[in-house]
Amino acid sequence: MSLNPDDISRIANLARLALAPEESARMRERINGFFAIVEQMRAVDTAGIEPLAHPSMGAVAGQAALRLRDDVASEPNQREANQQSAPAVERGLFLVPKVIE
Amino acid sequence: MSELHQLSLTDLAQQLRGKKISATETAQHFLGRMRAHQDLAAFLAVDEEATLAQARAADAALAAGGAGPLAGVPIAHKDIFVTKDFPSTAGSKMLAGYRSPFDATVVRRLAEAGTVTLGKLSCDEFAMGSANESVAVPAVGHGAPAPVRNPWDRSRTPGGSSGGSAAAVAARLAPAASGTDTGGSIRQPAAFCGITGIKPTYGRASRYGMIAYASSLDQAGPMARSAQDCALLLSALCGPDLDRDSTSLDVPAEDFSRSLNDRLDGLRIGIPKEFFGAGLADDVRTAIDAALKEYEKLGARLVEISLPRTELAIPVYYIIAPAEASSNLSRFDGVKFGHRAGQYGDLLDMYKRTRAEGFGDEVKRRIMVGTYVLSHGYYDAYYLQAQKIRRMIADDFQQAFKNCDVVAGPVAPTVAWQLGDKAEDPVAAYLADIYTLSASLAGLPGMSVPCGFGANDMPVGLQLIGNYLQEGKLLNVAHRLQQATDFHLRTPEGY
Repeated sequence: MSLNPDDISRIANLARLALAPEESARMRERINGFFAIVEQMRAVDTAGIEPLAHPSMGAVAGQAALRLRDDVASEPNQREANQQSAPAVERGLFLVPKVIE
Repeated sequence: MSELHQLSLTDLAQQLRGKKISATETAQHFLGRMRAHQDLAAFLAVDEEATLAQARAADAALAAGGAGPLAGVPIAHKDIFVTKDFPSTAGSKMLAGYRSPFDATVVRRLAEAGTVTLGKLSCDEFAMGSANESVAVPAVGHGAPAPVRNPWDRSRTPGGSSGGSAAAVAARLAPAASGTDTGGSIRQPAAFCGITGIKPTYGRASRYGMIAYASSLDQAGPMARSAQDCALLLSALCGPDLDRDSTSLDVPAEDFSRSLNDRLDGLRIGIPKEFFGAGLADDVRTAIDAALKEYEKLGARLVEISLPRTELAIPVYYIIAPAEASSNLSRFDGVKFGHRAGQYGDLLDMYKRTRAEGFGDEVKRRIMVGTYVLSHGYYDAYYLQAQKIRRMIADDFQQAFKNCDVVAGPVAPTVAWQLGDKAEDPVAAYLADIYTLSASLAGLPGMSVPCGFGANDMPVGLQLIGNYLQEGKLLNVAHRLQQATDFHLRTPEGY
């Protein structure tokens, strides 16, 4: 399997990355180099094997699947602290380019 | 009394409790060493005022009584943990100058035990790397981003991604450091720098406030000079964090120092034959063999085992980790925090330019691979297939642990390589992770213990892997070796 330049630009769009043309070419070369070592994995017979998404999924004895905390507000209002590293803020709101006409 | 920076963390903690030295003078001593050795590029942020304020608070607690077990002990944190008192960058331009409104749970727990933070340590950008070369923000005292240097030979890599942590401890710039391990990022740099590091069972240490790379693999752990020191730190930093981390194990914190001195008579050490194949360098093999002989003298028995999917762990890891990374790093969009491109058109254009400018090459590559293997039409063939083999790898370990108590082998196929050697060949760097990836995929605890020196007098690390929640056993096995050898006490020349 080998990715072509169109694949790279499609994936870059999905990943929200603007790649310059020479960067795309280098990326393609490197990613194809990587997929060469992935081929051995595709040949493995995994019929009937349950995928392991997480070590906690039954791997550690007695531990159940991922848990959720109660759905209650537990955090105090920290708007200012949370926005101190935002690139653009006005009156407590995050600013982005206009999305609705 | 020997010099402060030559004391073990255990001794230092005792001297502080006995008020033979103050936390303030201890902090000043290590800050001075950090300044004197800035050429290692180990630190990304220091703030002497913040450190000394913490030290004065520790002195006050020590004077008042009831101080924590690590009161006044200086520690530096990998810059992947968010901290209130210091910037948190994950080594990325994306987060240059970022200030977190809270402390990571691991940082908070260690602070509650009394530690004083010396600063933040360099790492590969978002913990993606094995050489600490892909750091994108300047180190303290440097005008531009700089790779961390190995104190044993400054032309060589300290390993990665916790390279700053390993270099700082090896050069005695800190008695201990925090690290994180996703595919070997505690164990490999510990091995390359001749220090001791342990990655606990997945879920033992809270991931809350650890800047996420691959959430089903990321795990925090201590890096220090000895197993004894690591045991003290691990006891402080582990424990349930059930409301903050949905993968935190509901297992009470333990005193990992308790069983350090247990005898090893009858211990069965599993030797995976796949860890001793053609790729293993002779100098590393010689040092590992010597350590295994030492264990036989200590009463342990070597048992050959098989981990047949060792080589497969490389593609499996480098599919799963980038898949999770591509999802985790989607939060960096130039809206709520971090870098935003200077010029852009609409919202989509802002995202794309922001991310193109903010991320380095290796991070972009992993995001691309991850996006691809999760995309429609490829998910089953790559991502799901990798997760199935991940299950087989975890099962292989359970099979092996029927015949042994711990697994031992090399951490890495070679000693630390020259800076730049694998920088242009990412796949070569991935292949060098071969011995650490399996334990990460299975979520098992693993550690690196200094066990000798190889070519060019570079340190070699012995890897020990235990079954789930067997950190106490691992530390015991490591400690007994350190009672019989002195590799962990050696200091690189000039430090």
